[in-house]
Amino acid sequence: MSMDRRDFLKLAGASTLVGLGGLSVFDGFVKDGALASQAHTAPGASAGKRLAMVIDVSKFKSPDDYKRVSYACHSIHNVPSIDNLKHEIKWIWTDTYEHVFPGQADQYMAENIMRLPFPVLCNHCAKPPCVRVCPTKATFKRKSDGVVMMDYHRCIGCRFCMAACPFGARSFNWTDPRPYIRKLNTSFPTRTKGVVEKCNFCAERLSAGLQPACVEASNGALVFGDLHDPSSEVREILSSRYAIRRKPNLGTGPSIYYVIGGNEHA
Amino acid sequence: MSDGWKIIAGLIIVIGLVTFPFYANFGKTVELPSTLEADPGEMHLGDIPLVNMRSEHMQLLNRWREEVVREDERYIMFDGDEYEKSLQNGCLSCHEKEDFCTKCHTFVGVRPYCWDCHIGM
Repeated sequence: MSMDRRDFLKLAGASTLVGLGGLSVFDGFVKDGALASQAHTAPGASAGKRLAMVIDVSKFKSPDDYKRVSYACHSIHNVPSIDNLKHEIKWIWTDTYEHVFPGQADQYMAENIMRLPFPVLCNHCAKPPCVRVCPTKATFKRKSDGVVMMDYHRCIGCRFCMAACPFGARSFNWTDPRPYIRKLNTSFPTRTKGVVEKCNFCAERLSAGLQPACVEASNGALVFGDLHDPSSEVREILSSRYAIRRKPNLGTGPSIYYVIGGNEHA
Repeated sequence: MSDGWKIIAGLIIVIGLVTFPFYANFGKTVELPSTLEADPGEMHLGDIPLVNMRSEHMQLLNRWREEVVREDERYIMFDGDEYEKSLQNGCLSCHEKEDFCTKCHTFVGVRPYCWDCHIGM
């Protein structure tokens, strides 16, 4: 078949038009699909829960109260007890006022508050910096209730999240944790060497309709509930008691509130 | 070509070494790890027919992982009962790890790292 230049150009032009038209149809499909999936998730996300915890420090009376709470967590989640502080793994632990609330300590503050150990754990932030920096999306924020979770399968151990977290809530497994687990809970996995781990707000218990283990073991010192529900117990406490959060100026929006109290007048 | 015999001897030795695995195992029968004793028939676990489970369980486990960790969908119906989508609380609540996992993995020479974290006992 022979073709002169004029026919060739006509044919080329026409096929380009057809090709572009095809592309736009294809784009239409993709956009529709994306919009449809967004529409599917968006209402759930806005109507979703925001789980939070209020810690009433005045209800911790003795060192045993703190121990019972962290033991409840660490024993069911197979958190190893490693004595070497550089390798230590912590999900819930205690620290002093000036470390927990830096910049808010005062020289003339009540002695008992300065010396009081404060239970600390992952804050399950509204805008978690650990989630932003995770290169593999191993750490993510659950849309349904705001729990910041980890998929240990995907964690590559880069520790960006540890650098990003302003609360030191994350621990890295420098060694195989198994030998350091005192009593293995066979219904929960352990972690492995080379992954980061942290508190999961007891996602596995929440899913079974239970409260987090620390809350259950705290005899009412820890209260757990939904911040988006005006009648929840956490909202009731927050509306009647003065509560503070850790480093609120950083804008991460922690979900853990501390009622300091100290005595009945507070 | 006065050194030709050296080359030929070298070639024979190399070929002998390379083919060693073949003639060392030639004619031996290898017992395949036993699979399901009962015929699974048309039964499915999720969307995978049980007969294909040997080749497709990895995809199933990956999907379970996403569903459990990210969607909080922790249970699956199988044969009229509800099971947890979990290696240690699901599969191994009935099956024996040695028989169900290890035997076949050893036979095909794969070393999945499930048990680095999941507890198989």
